[in-house]
Amino acid sequence: MDENNKTARRFGPFGLGALVAAFVVGILFWGGFNWALELTNTEAFCISCHEMRDNVYEEYRQTIHFQNRTGVRATCPDCHVPKEWFPKIKRKIQASNELWHHLLGTIDTREKFLAKRHELAQREWARMKANDSQECRNCHNYDYFDYSVQGRRANLMHMQAREEGKTCIDCHKGIAHRLPNIEQGVGVKTDALPADVLHQ
Amino acid sequence: MKKSLLYLTALLLSSAAVAQSVQTLRGGKVDDPDLPPGNYQPPKDGEPLPRDFVQQPPLIPHKIDGYEISLNFNKCLDCHAWDRATQMHAPRISITHFRDREGSELTNIAASRYFCNQCHVPQTNARPLVENTFTPVQGWRQ
Repeated sequence: MDENNKTARRFGPFGLGALVAAFVVGILFWGGFNWALELTNTEAFCISCHEMRDNVYEEYRQTIHFQNRTGVRATCPDCHVPKEWFPKIKRKIQASNELWHHLLGTIDTREKFLAKRHELAQREWARMKANDSQECRNCHNYDYFDYSVQGRRANLMHMQAREEGKTCIDCHKGIAHRLPNIEQGVGVKTDALPADVLHQ
Repeated sequence: MKKSLLYLTALLLSSAAVAQSVQTLRGGKVDDPDLPPGNYQPPKDGEPLPRDFVQQPPLIPHKIDGYEISLNFNKCLDCHAWDRATQMHAPRISITHFRDREGSELTNIAASRYFCNQCHVPQTNARPLVENTFTPVQGWRQ
């Protein structure tokens, strides 16, 4: 028997060529999937919807994570999408709900957005607390804090927070976007969240 | 009549001379473009800054960049309100701020005191625009 028949027996009726083709298609498919996924993980993609561009993005533009002296930035997905594969896919599937609400027009005006801000903010705070501020810690790591170059207040509070086992979002709320209405006991406020939500 | 005319002329001349000697703090004419802002740095967080005169609002000895003071939230109160100050190791707001314009004593600051940085300001390392020799009164020197 010649060599060809042996190969056919070993790799089935479609032969070696089919196996190589499947391999290449697999790479293309997987690469394409990841490419498309990463495309949805960019600032440009996030602000392609006016809900993001006109509300949260405008607020973020005023903050240190957008512009600072060294030009190191944290863009939308750096804080709002986990880096690890499974948590990322989970978050992406959840985010398809946001597309649905984009079509429904749930927050398609400034007024609707402001009315819903407390709910959206609290949901994101809960998510970040549940994962121990994972996205913050991708860049900011307690273990590498140099307390000697931190300001007096930061130094004191960071050491205290670490002892108490707190996570970043426990204190650092409203650093990249404006806060919802918070009851602080000054004047008359309607529909304000109790101040406790900021310090949990 | 003649005398009063003389006085008037003298007055006009002297006021013109005064007008010439008045200089703007910016060192230019009113319609000149503003000087570019200097690259001033805030000092590092520190101890409370000394006050220079008796009724001076205390200065802010730390950065307040990005601190929200809006309809929704006042960041200053988040540390300096009485129910937050102990936990945050921050000085409490003066109790004089609890009185509203009708004279009622409230349980927290009056809404008219809401915009803290109308009076309380942070500092930078900018030079004074003009030198001055002001010294606090005896009892206020530190």
